[in-house]
Amino acid sequence: MTSISSARARARRLPSNRLRTWAGIALFLLPAFALYVLFVIYPIAQAARFSLYDWNGLEPLTDFVGLANFERALADPVFRGAITHNALIVVLSLVIQIPFALALALMLNRRFRGRGLLRLVFFAPYVIAEVITAIVATLILQPNGLADHFMTAIGLGDAYHPWLADPDTVLWALFFIITWKYFGFHMILLLAGLQGIPRELEEAAAIDGASRRQAIRYVTLPLLGPTIRVSVFLSIIGAIQLFDLVWVTTRGGPVNASNTMAVYMFDRGFVRFQFGYGSAVAVILFVLCFVLALAYQRWVLRRDTEGATTYG
Amino acid sequence: MADSAVAPRSPATRVSRLAGSIVRWVVLLAVATVILIPVAYAVLGGFRNAAQLAANPVGLPDPWIWSNYIDSLTGPSFWVQLRNSILVAAITTTIVVLFGSLAAFVLARRRFRGREITYTVFTLGLLFPATVAILPLIILVRDLGLQDTPLGIALPQAAFGLPLTIIILRPFFRSIPTELEDAAAIDGCGQLGFFFRILLPLSRPALATVAVLAIVSSWNQFVLPLVMLSSESNWTLPLGLTNFSTQYTTDTARILAYTSLALIPALAFYVVAERQIVGGLAAGSVKG
Repeated sequence: MTSISSARARARRLPSNRLRTWAGIALFLLPAFALYVLFVIYPIAQAARFSLYDWNGLEPLTDFVGLANFERALADPVFRGAITHNALIVVLSLVIQIPFALALALMLNRRFRGRGLLRLVFFAPYVIAEVITAIVATLILQPNGLADHFMTAIGLGDAYHPWLADPDTVLWALFFIITWKYFGFHMILLLAGLQGIPRELEEAAAIDGASRRQAIRYVTLPLLGPTIRVSVFLSIIGAIQLFDLVWVTTRGGPVNASNTMAVYMFDRGFVRFQFGYGSAVAVILFVLCFVLALAYQRWVLRRDTEGATTYG
Repeated sequence: MADSAVAPRSPATRVSRLAGSIVRWVVLLAVATVILIPVAYAVLGGFRNAAQLAANPVGLPDPWIWSNYIDSLTGPSFWVQLRNSILVAAITTTIVVLFGSLAAFVLARRRFRGREITYTVFTLGLLFPATVAILPLIILVRDLGLQDTPLGIALPQAAFGLPLTIIILRPFFRSIPTELEDAAAIDGCGQLGFFFRILLPLSRPALATVAVLAIVSSWNQFVLPLVMLSSESNWTLPLGLTNFSTQYTTDTARILAYTSLALIPALAFYVVAERQIVGGLAAGSVKG
């Protein structure tokens, strides 16, 4: 052992060997790095460049307009509407979807027959394509569809409601679909977090006379903090980038009532060939996600290391 | 049972425990029903006709109509799209697993300047799906001459799949003891030999996880095929499905049959690979 490592240390000092080490590292890193730079980083840089031009995506890139595209986007009531729709989905996800996922995770965090099967069912929608979810949901929510039959059967509402075509209900319907598809993902994350919490802590609380409710409130939830924050972060990022589901169900309609930022970007850029303008919207999306990620790093990771010292 | 050792059983606690367990089961079964209904609606709906669907979308089809499924299965488009989806998923997964594990190897086991920055740059990609970069990606793929080819979808997909792959593989590769590598070196095994003959075989569970995740995300990818694939013979299932559903808007039953045919392989795959999907995503997002 020692002879090898000292031989290695000696070898490392030789310039030709150092070169070989570097070449070895480059050889391993290069394929992934090249692919990543070409298809992830370069397009992001290109979007930043395109965003400064008035451009239809075909002609030469000559019509430099500075920040005009950004001004136009931020002044456009349709884009502002899209931002509020994303924000509403974020708020609903945090207020309804994550607590719901947490409640189910708590219910599944004990041994009983059928637990594995329930977990399998709850998580299944996550692997179903958004396109498939969207198509089936559109048919279920169409007027006189399954949803209307159900509502009539339980005595709520009439038999004819265009859930996805009514500006007042479309966002709620979409949020319902999103929750259907994604609560299982958050439930699985939270369940993994719960399983990392030692049973003894809850038992100790019980010995000290805490009810189950109190044990959850004062022992389990604080220890689950890091996982909850990850879940919150992923939920926000997902809600901000929402695209497939909305594009297939409503394309942002009726009359922009369900437009999201990504749908707006795609519609202006790809459908109306305003590549420069669409790129500006994409840049706004990038910056938003990036700022969120930095805030998350500062806010969440710092707290997590603090937490680690308490029980680590 | 640890719980019962802590709290002595009085009749009152037994009653409240029973009540709690009933509430739990009612909630859990209600949620499971809400999840399963759309799936059952789609699969059973494929066996109805439009009139049956409008009159009574609940219950079993009466009579069972097989033509929707038979038409989809005997028509050419379903099989072509299935083949394209499989092809794209296979290319994507091969690239992402191979390139990802090569990079994760040095990021996990070699010290070099710039390693952590490189890793951070890779992890940042987790923030952005291809959708957000779609406009410049169209131009790039067009300039590379890959528009309307499976590779034009697979390459960007693989690139956007690298972050999660590297995040999952790095700690796994790191946990393999250095002694193994030293022993291999004594036996004359070079870096590449160690990587392919020892590290990869030992990492089979982690590789299975990243492969399964790559397959699922490729299978479900919508926006890249939507903008890149113009000829019908190249369409993947999600793209074919959307176009089918806009083409036959009124024939709900046909849409449901076609959708179910695309859905069933995915669900079957999920039932087999649940462990990898769940474990990988939980690990990836906690560490990301």
